[in-house]
Parts: sequence; structure tokens; C-alpha cells
Amino acid sequence: MEHFFSLMVRSIFVDNMIFAFFLGMCSYLAVSKTVKTALGLGCAVTFVLFITVPVDYLLQTQVLEKFAFDNGLDLTFLSFILFIAVIAAMVQLVEMVVEKYSPSLYAALGIFLPLIAVNCAIMGASLFMQQRILLDPATSTQAIGGVGDAIAYAIGSGIGWTLAIVCLAAIREKMAYSDVPKPLQGLGITFITVGLMAMAFMCFSGLNI
Amino acid sequence: MGKLFSKENGEVFMRPLNLDNPVTVQILGICSALAVTSQLKPAVVMGLSVTVITAFSNVIISLIRKTIPMRIRIIIQLVVVAALVTIVSNILKAYVYDVSVQLSVYVGLIITNCILMGRLEAFAMSNGPWESFLDGVGNGLGYAIVLVIVGFVRELLGFGTIFGFQIIPQSFYTENGGYYMNNGMMTMPAMALILLGCVIWVHRSINKEEKK
Repeated sequence: MEHFFSLMVRSIFVDNMIFAFFLGMCSYLAVSKTVKTALGLGCAVTFVLFITVPVDYLLQTQVLEKFAFDNGLDLTFLSFILFIAVIAAMVQLVEMVVEKYSPSLYAALGIFLPLIAVNCAIMGASLFMQQRILLDPATSTQAIGGVGDAIAYAIGSGIGWTLAIVCLAAIREKMAYSDVPKPLQGLGITFITVGLMAMAFMCFSGLNI
Repeated sequence: MGKLFSKENGEVFMRPLNLDNPVTVQILGICSALAVTSQLKPAVVMGLSVTVITAFSNVIISLIRKTIPMRIRIIIQLVVVAALVTIVSNILKAYVYDVSVQLSVYVGLIITNCILMGRLEAFAMSNGPWESFLDGVGNGLGYAIVLVIVGFVRELLGFGTIFGFQIIPQSFYTENGGYYMNNGMMTMPAMALILLGCVIWVHRSINKEEKK
């Protein structure tokens, strides 16, 4: 239980998807204009992470690695294709659910809903999970040793991403009224804002749970 | 031959390098542009890998574009890209292992690089293979240029080196009685964002008339 908790808190604050690894930047910058849509996209991303990371974990350990162990045929190079197929299928499902139950959110997210499939945060979480299977759970708080760990990591990453996008959206709503030099307006100043937020998040990096 | 290097094709190749740069103007592919640029060597390797993958996935999709059903085109594009990335990732592991360790997950993340999907959707789906190839190479190089600029500044100020060679003389450093210190902030992720913001600022000031 303690390991789940520390894994989750670490992935929210210390290994934040945006501020530490810059994953999912494209939609992060494009959809962060209002808090409401940002929150909607954050929830969708968290949900997709919550499903895909454990599934990819099972595929990696029970299919690819087990196959290599039993038959001596190393198929782990297929992991990229398998992971992206799982993610694309999952996003298709989420898209249909959102379209049915929340048409207003569906309209607000527009093209960025299907684009969750190519959101680096989702693929990145699966790839980081793949690396962390190799870590030793006794010594590292980042190790992922079971489906439970994979779920905790996925939820933590999703919450961290949501937190980052909602914060940026709130700042950008206020920034609309400030006087920014012309060539810096829009994305230039947004990058610098994110940079300053990342600097603030760096203070968590010494956190030891 | 005349047709292959016509004026329009030259335009297709040159535009993404400056006026229509994928990173600074279209804001695509930011994730990896920031993460791999703390040193110059991984930045160059990443830029070249993306150029190769964009060019060839553009050609493949352009060749089969008439047979792809519209509804499932995203999945087909992803599979083509994922296959190419798997090949490049294995080549990197075989020939430049230290760089591929440094790049870690970001090689795999080329699959989800928005530049690729953007070019496949916007260009390769409606143009012939040769134009798509030029467009892919142009966009890849446009991306690589930004990576090299950011990587150059970060490595020079953060480590005092270029491609691992010491540029700032050792005697300048404070521990050797000099007055210079490396800026540790430059190696942090936060400065990559701020530097990229500044690159966009400069780029937009230069190309003012192009701004919407």
C-alpha cells in the first residue's frame, strides 16, 4: 500500500509528465485556453492512461517476455506496435463514449479527442512503465512490479498531467489581459510561463517519500 | 529531371526550413524537441532519425494513399510509423548505443511525434511520392535545425562543451582560479522551455510579415 502511494505521489509531483519529461506538449499548449475544456481533456487523458498502462503492462510481461522465456524467441521489439495499437483502440472507445454522454465536451475538444491517440503522454507512460519493470522494487520507489503498481503509476501520471494543464489554463485566462510584446504573444509567452512553472515544480525533486 | 527539381518542389522543400518551420511556427513535435536537447549529440541524432522517418513514412503513405479507407487511416498511419521507428530504434541500438541510452523513451516517442502525423494527414494523403519525400525531408530538417540551436546553447552554457569537446578553457573556471562557472540551470528541463520560447520570439520578430 505504501509503495502504491509513494509511486503515485512521485508521478504527480516529481516525475510530472509535463514539467519533467515534456510529454503531451502539443495538446497541452493547444487546449489550455479555458479551464473547463482543460479539465475535460485532463480527465479523458487520465482515463485512457488508467486503461492502457495496465493492459500494456500485461502484454509486456505475460505475452512478449513470457514468449521469449518459453520459446526462446525475443519478440520485445514488437512492443512499439502493440502499445500503439492498444492505445488507438482505447481512444476510439473513449471518443464514442464522450460523444454519446457529453456532446458539449465532445464539441469543445474537437480534433484533440482523437489526437489523444498520438498524445506522447499516453505512449510515454507505457514506455516508462516498460523501463521501470526492470528496476528492483526493494531499492527504487519508481519500480513497477505488478498490475497494481502499473495502475497507481497511470493514475498518478494522469492526475499530474491534469494538474499541469488546469494550472496553465488558469494562468492563460488571466494573461489575456496583460501587455505582452507583439512577437512574443501567443505561444512564445506560453512557453516561458511553462518554463517558470517547471522551475517551481523543480522544488519537489528532492521529495523523499 | 527538370520536373523533379521544379520551382514548386523547391518551395515544398524550403518552406518548412524557415517560414513554415514545424516547431516554431506550427508548434508540432515539441515534446522531444525539449527533452533531448540538453546536449548537442543526442539532438543531432534525434533530428536525423526524425528526418529519415518522416521522409520514408511520407513516401509509403503516399504510395498506398488511394487504397486506405478513410475511417481507419489513423491506425494505418500509426502502424507504418511504428514499424519504421522500430527499425530506426534497433539501428541506433546497434551503432550508437550510448546515444540511444541517452535518448531512452524518446526514440519510441517519435511514433507519437505530431510532425509525423501532421505531415501524413496534411501532405502525404493528397500528394505524390516524390513531393511527399521532399516535404518529409524539409520538415525533418526544419525540426532538426531548432533542436541543434537549442542543444548548442544548452550544452555550451550548461557544460561548457560542444559535442563533448571543452570549449571554455579550463583555466577560466572558479576551481582553477578563474571567474567562470557553468550554468546548471541550462541542463534542467525548465530552461529548455524558456529557450524555445525565446527562439520563437526571435523567429517571429524576423519574419514579421508572415505572422497571422
